[in-house]
Amino acid sequence: MDEKDHEILHLLEENGRLPLRELATSLALPEDQVEERIRAMEEARIIRKFTAVVDWERAGNSRVSAIIDLKIAPERDFGYDKIAERLARFRQVKALYLVSGVYDLQLLVTGKDMNEVSRFVSEQIAPMDHIRETATHIIMKIYKENGNPFFEREGGERLPITI
Amino acid sequence: MREYGSSRARAIPPSGIRKFFDLLLTMEDVVSLGVGEPDFETPWNVAEAGIYAIEQGHTSYTSNKGLLPLRQAVSKDLHRRYGLAYDPEEEILITSGVSEAADIAIRALVDPGDEVLVAEPSYVSYSPCVTLAGGKPVPVSCNEKDEFRLTPECLMEKVTRKSRVLVMNFPNNPTGGIMGSDEINAIADVVVDHDLLVISDEVYSELTYEGSHVAVASHPELRDRTVTMNGFSKAYSMTGWRIGYLCAPRQISELALKIHQYVMLCAPIMGQMAAIEALRNGEEDKNAMVREYRHRRNFFVEGLNSIGLPCHLPRGAFYAFPSVAGTGLSDQEFAERLLTEQKVAVVPGSVFGETGRDHLMCAYAVSREDLGTALKRMEAFLSGIGRS
Repeated sequence: MDEKDHEILHLLEENGRLPLRELATSLALPEDQVEERIRAMEEARIIRKFTAVVDWERAGNSRVSAIIDLKIAPERDFGYDKIAERLARFRQVKALYLVSGVYDLQLLVTGKDMNEVSRFVSEQIAPMDHIRETATHIIMKIYKENGNPFFEREGGERLPITI
Repeated sequence: MREYGSSRARAIPPSGIRKFFDLLLTMEDVVSLGVGEPDFETPWNVAEAGIYAIEQGHTSYTSNKGLLPLRQAVSKDLHRRYGLAYDPEEEILITSGVSEAADIAIRALVDPGDEVLVAEPSYVSYSPCVTLAGGKPVPVSCNEKDEFRLTPECLMEKVTRKSRVLVMNFPNNPTGGIMGSDEINAIADVVVDHDLLVISDEVYSELTYEGSHVAVASHPELRDRTVTMNGFSKAYSMTGWRIGYLCAPRQISELALKIHQYVMLCAPIMGQMAAIEALRNGEEDKNAMVREYRHRRNFFVEGLNSIGLPCHLPRGAFYAFPSVAGTGLSDQEFAERLLTEQKVAVVPGSVFGETGRDHLMCAYAVSREDLGTALKRMEAFLSGIGRS
């Protein structure tokens, strides 16, 4: 990893679809070298995935998301890892963190409606061994996700020409 | 009819871009590469500091010199970045942007009849300020073959017994040219031999893409004969806040302060408070913006060269300055036709002085999409005139 790799990451994090040619000229590197660097970073799992940030509400396919806090009884030898790995395998679990504070694990869960989310929590998560307590926070509105604001706002306008 | 107005005000030329400005306002879907300011908003922590200042009732005048904590922060920053040593109590003056700093610096140093050497191509305000001060602006060419640097040879050509001040601006608007320490050393002898003072506008200093910026006043023999001007507009995307500063040895800064206190009183307090936050916590946002400008520069300059508009690699600021000499059109014709036929606005290089003739100023402080669109339209324009 060098400075150029970091720059590639910054650019791709902002726009994962930046054409290779543009990426190469922006960094003043040959295209094949950029391609190779990206491949190497994918292989090293530095780049985990190329994906889209979707505003599902605008897509007319609104879904319900919830943040679930869990208190866990850690297991001898494994701590939180084993239960966390089991939880992570659920398709509905979009993100999972070990956190400090009152609760131990924090999950981001999505479903097609409130019913589905609450059923998932009460039927799949809550009954699992080692889970002592759950707290479900339904997400009511998304203001910002993955660094992207979801709200519209009037930006300032620059004069068309100034020198 | 009797002519109203002072002869000095009448002597300065109207804006060279007025025509384009008026035309632009009547058009839609124009990609403008004529905007000399960042396209980023002020980083939020900085803007928030300004809002907080207002909420807390900081809506008054400040000391004429500017808030002391800001002067102290500027002093530390200049020392850390460029090795400059200015006393925040006596040698630093906060101004309403570098535009004001340039005006008061010129008025502080120029007497009627003095000749002021202006390194060109240059930002358009220096020469009119010299004229208003009763001085005579004398352009000094910075040529493309020297990557638009100021050379001792070109300087010598224009120095006379009446030369008093040299005004220079590197990284340069509009060429993107820079001066390294060798180049500054080379002109230092001429400056000292002819007992010139230097007014150095370094507002683009943080937008230096290869190596780091060298401040004119970091040269030991130039330090006491230089007025260093800088500000927050470009580095921290704070153009609308109007905060700049002027640093000079006490003898000069006291003169500038006198003018400043009569014409401006002080720079806006909320902007000064935001500027303190920019110096405290603005580094990361600034670096991200600089990185983005560098990428755009590489992309855009390579694009210009590949469509047949030769362009040197600008090492600072956010301007590309390609040549149109091979197109059969003058820079004025090129810019006018490009705007009307392909809806891309650029600024004819001759607006920035005779040395800028046959070039175009293109500010790449616009999104990548717009740069890509502009390049495509410029290519179409060139093939339309049979040149690509």
